[in-house]
Amino acid sequence: MNTPTSGQYHVDENGFYGEFGGAFIPEMLHANVDQIRRQYLEIMREPDFISQFESLLRDYVGRPSPLYLATRLSEHYGADIYLKREDLNHTGAHKINNTIGQILLARRLGKTRIIAETGAGQHGVATATVCALMSMECVVYMGSVDIARQAPNVARMKLLGATVVAAESGSKTLKDATNEAIRDWINNADNTHYIIGSAIGPHPYPDMVTRFQSVISSEIQSQLLAKTGKKDPDMVLACVGGGSNAAGAFYHFLDTPSVSLVLAEAAGKGVHSGHSAATSILGTKGIIHGCRTLLMQTKDGQITEPYSISAGLDYPGIGPLHAHLITSGRAKVYPVTDDEALEAVKQLSSYEGIIPALESAHALAALAKMEIKHGSVIVVCLSGRGDKDLATYLEHFTT
Amino acid sequence: MHAVNKSIPHTLNMSSIRQTIESKGSNILNIYFTAGHPTLESVPVIISELEKAGADLIELGMPYSDPLADGPAIQRSSEIALRNGQTIAILFSQVKESRKTSSIPLILMGYYNQLIQYGEEKFVKEAHDAGIQGLIIPDLPMEVYESRYKDIFDKYGMEISFLITPMTSDERIRQADRLSSAFIYVVSKSSVTGKQEDLSEEQLSYLDRIRAMDLKSPALVGFGIFDRNSRQAVNRFFNGVIVGSAFIRALEAGQDDLPGTVRVFMEGL
Repeated sequence: MNTPTSGQYHVDENGFYGEFGGAFIPEMLHANVDQIRRQYLEIMREPDFISQFESLLRDYVGRPSPLYLATRLSEHYGADIYLKREDLNHTGAHKINNTIGQILLARRLGKTRIIAETGAGQHGVATATVCALMSMECVVYMGSVDIARQAPNVARMKLLGATVVAAESGSKTLKDATNEAIRDWINNADNTHYIIGSAIGPHPYPDMVTRFQSVISSEIQSQLLAKTGKKDPDMVLACVGGGSNAAGAFYHFLDTPSVSLVLAEAAGKGVHSGHSAATSILGTKGIIHGCRTLLMQTKDGQITEPYSISAGLDYPGIGPLHAHLITSGRAKVYPVTDDEALEAVKQLSSYEGIIPALESAHALAALAKMEIKHGSVIVVCLSGRGDKDLATYLEHFTT
Repeated sequence: MHAVNKSIPHTLNMSSIRQTIESKGSNILNIYFTAGHPTLESVPVIISELEKAGADLIELGMPYSDPLADGPAIQRSSEIALRNGQTIAILFSQVKESRKTSSIPLILMGYYNQLIQYGEEKFVKEAHDAGIQGLIIPDLPMEVYESRYKDIFDKYGMEISFLITPMTSDERIRQADRLSSAFIYVVSKSSVTGKQEDLSEEQLSYLDRIRAMDLKSPALVGFGIFDRNSRQAVNRFFNGVIVGSAFIRALEAGQDDLPGTVRVFMEGL
């Protein structure tokens, strides 16, 4: 994989992006996380690994995903707006880029059992899928509230052979599912690999996930070069919860200051409504799931519950790379409310015949909130398709 | 080993955790419970009853929203404690209250994020002023402690314990031995707290391996100790045991009569 490895926006040898990142984990996880830390770069550079990863991305996932010039949307905004169609990947989102990479890595680490956390179920489905492909045992932790509201994805995971375990603690959503997955890993440290689905967690997870997802920005560069004669756009725009699709879409542009990096985060019912997941505004520095980053918490350090209509953005933290990009001023963030995201769903569906996932709709909605330079080239990462959100769309659009 | 800061007036003369373990030598009993569980008022009652019933050390859990290193029983107790309104400030005042009558060494167990939000030095200072002798912070890496916090702990005479597990390398065990100023917390297996199983051959060989390393710090074994048998099984190897989840479950079942519940539980150990 042709990936840059150093620069002020890349992880340093201690696992930090500026002041964010690191590995703040109980001793029970140290041996496992340290094994990955020592071996992940070496494994990812093995020719055999690269060839297996690339052939699966091509023949199984369907990569490269198209870079589509959305003509009516472009007309509307007076700019060239390209959609990076991660929604066309097998399983319907960018998540599978990472699960393919991590399961190949897990096999090389000698692990026989896979666990994962999931919120909306997209990462759970992507994990169950690669476990079926590789014939490995798969246990997915999911909050019991999410299990109830994402029934089709639960059925998919079960059909694929995964065991879905309900997380009953706390708010019974993604944060709690992540806690349960970490506990499982502590109890089964010898044979189990934990496939974290976002650019979060203890070092080296944020960097590892970002590298597996960096296929997105690598393809954007070559596709844009072929279409326009220039490999760099003026802006790359992506939604951010934990931030894996944004990290992947930004990766090859991190050190090119002429490319603006823009994030759309979930403002729920309004940033200050008390029902929001706008971590960059509401968050303060602290530790969540093993890394130092920005997170939503009380003055006593209790992690609070976020809210967003989009289950994939409903996370109280943000990946450490993004915390660094935001606080250093490299990336700009727009908070997008539920209603604005739903408007963007309608707009893309009617303008371009593409029904986006609620998460990706947050990125599209940010276009309406910014000043767009006439004729500029903008790439929006369309991270997932809207099939999983049909129930929500039916509820909002048929009245 | 650090002397207790003499400038802080406590009504009772307390010895350090390390002194307490070393002067008794063996068969140490360290009991964990979560502050604010089962009720907000239970901290002073449980401390006093445990001390009367012969506990050597008490570990007070600071309830946390995301207790990764703890099992279901402790997590549930944390949720209940937070719902009851337990905070760090309240905990410090409860400890101060207890200190009017109690001299048993007290250890706080919590997560790194709680210290960061409170302000690390402010936390250590106020914990010390309240009458706390030691801290256990399972997600604070030893390297970070040594480079950023050891001086602060030393300044206030605050003791610390680090965890080791069957997967911890000899090198890291030596590091934990060097940095633990209270005791080494030996996790009897790679597991979150609260599982009740007998000690396996594998665990026994792990305990043997540690004992053979001839560590300078005293060592207490936690995780999986719930009755007299499991306690005696590890007492042969180390200075004593830490009991947590089993006690939490007992408190939950017997919250109508906390003093009676504590006495009965301690008799079973």
